[in-house]
Amino acid sequence: MNIELQDIYTQAILSMAALVGLTSFLMLGQSRLLRLIFVFAFQGLLLTMTTMVAAYSTDNQHLYISAVLTLALKVVFIPWMLRREVLKMNLHRDIQALSNQTTLMLGGASLMVFSYYVLHPIVQTTSPVMLNALAVSLSVVLLGMLLMISHRQAIAHVVGFMSIENGLFFAAIVATNGMPMVVELGVAFDVLVAAVLFGIFFFHIRTSIDSLDVDLLNRLHEVDEQGARHDKNRSAVINPHTADYEVNR
Amino acid sequence: MNGLIAAIQTLLFVALAPLLAGWLKVCKCRLQNRKAPPLLQPYRDLIKLTHKQPVVAGQASWIFTKAPYIIFSATMLAASVVPLFAVDLPTSASADVIVMVGFFAFARFFLALAGLDIGTAFGGMGSSREMTISSLAEPAMLMAVFTLAMTASTTNLSIAITHVLNEGLVLRPSFLFALFALILVAVAETGRIPIDNPATHLELTMIHEAMILEYSGRHLALIEWASQLKLMIYGVLIANIFLPWGIAENFSVEALGYGLLAILAKLAVLAVLLALSETLVAKMRLFRVQEYLSFAYLLGLLGMLSHIILEASR
Repeated sequence: MNIELQDIYTQAILSMAALVGLTSFLMLGQSRLLRLIFVFAFQGLLLTMTTMVAAYSTDNQHLYISAVLTLALKVVFIPWMLRREVLKMNLHRDIQALSNQTTLMLGGASLMVFSYYVLHPIVQTTSPVMLNALAVSLSVVLLGMLLMISHRQAIAHVVGFMSIENGLFFAAIVATNGMPMVVELGVAFDVLVAAVLFGIFFFHIRTSIDSLDVDLLNRLHEVDEQGARHDKNRSAVINPHTADYEVNR
Repeated sequence: MNGLIAAIQTLLFVALAPLLAGWLKVCKCRLQNRKAPPLLQPYRDLIKLTHKQPVVAGQASWIFTKAPYIIFSATMLAASVVPLFAVDLPTSASADVIVMVGFFAFARFFLALAGLDIGTAFGGMGSSREMTISSLAEPAMLMAVFTLAMTASTTNLSIAITHVLNEGLVLRPSFLFALFALILVAVAETGRIPIDNPATHLELTMIHEAMILEYSGRHLALIEWASQLKLMIYGVLIANIFLPWGIAENFSVEALGYGLLAILAKLAVLAVLLALSETLVAKMRLFRVQEYLSFAYLLGLLGMLSHIILEASR
């Protein structure tokens, strides 16, 4: 199964898959939030293009709709919302010190190798296109998780989460030629709802610790113990606002 | 006949390198709203330098005075390996890409020695920085080139380019990665902006300029010319490996002329892109260079990985 034997659409989808993987790596290495959001939007654009190509090559009309949805949500709306949040919080000048970036990158590369290794048995039963798409999407998911672990800003966590969703979406587009329309609409609106919920979370984290740096949440640990005397069911991490308030009294 | 064309090709390489540098400068000046020097200014600079008497420090050993000639000729030999406007030439058939990297390493070795030889603080600093960067850039470059070599099942540039040409338009993920890796390495190796700034002599940041600080006259001219040649070699490599369309496959006059025009157009576009990136990107701190180059290595690795897993026949 050489790549030269595939048709041009398959090659385009494969290249797009490689680029999606690349954007995941770029996100992993970004230390500035605005650039992180920009790369995330670019990944969304690549997803849109992949969906378009898949729609054209398999002649699936409803994939066009999902491409438009992806464009509207992941390229425009969510990056816009995150960007507004960053500007409002005055975080765009912050440079986040990624302490061990080289290790992080090599860790990302080994995650990619790992996902190819895990999915390699599948190639016996399916086409190499499928293998590639699944491996790239699995590694996008894993790299998204790595992004969430390694970055400290809550906004970076949201970007990581959304890129995990991008990975799953990519697998769905390429491996199944698009899920049923109902499912896709449901997922799209879930993402929308998640984005709004994250906005509310940001608001809460910010009002309680005056920052979106989640490392600061550790400091509430002692506060939590004192606060727990008043209310055992409430954890400071979930709702530090209450704990803080009670201690201040 | 073939040998003649090969010699002409190498001479063209040498003759056109200052033109590329001049065009790059013109693009950069336009982008920065400055008045550009004339396109032929690098030639004038070279001529002016050759007319001047070289000044050599009293402690300089023979290495210092011989190094410019060695560097220039090694870079010229590297240029003869790379197909400029025609493939299947005898020079490019007798040496492959690993030899080319070897020539570069040879030239760099003598450049670093010359920097150390004179005994000034700047020379030693520049040499040590250059060696640090090249030790990181070389693996990344070889990784990117090997991706191509595995696709074409050869390390010979001429045959590899013919292979890519005959295959027609095939979108390969591995080539995308290799292209990005090679661009990053080319920027680092030719001392362009995020790594080194060729336009300044700011003492804390310079790398290439620190090594050649003591040179003057024709020695300086040769070293400057060699570094312009190196920039051109990298440009031609990127253009001809990844976008080989237009290169002459036979030795008829039309094909050769067409090939020359095609490579000139490609180089002009590449120079515009380089000028754009140099204007947009700020120079990187020296201690962040290893992150940059490990990213290039990572891209090369991913390219090779996606070649082995996706594209190789099973």
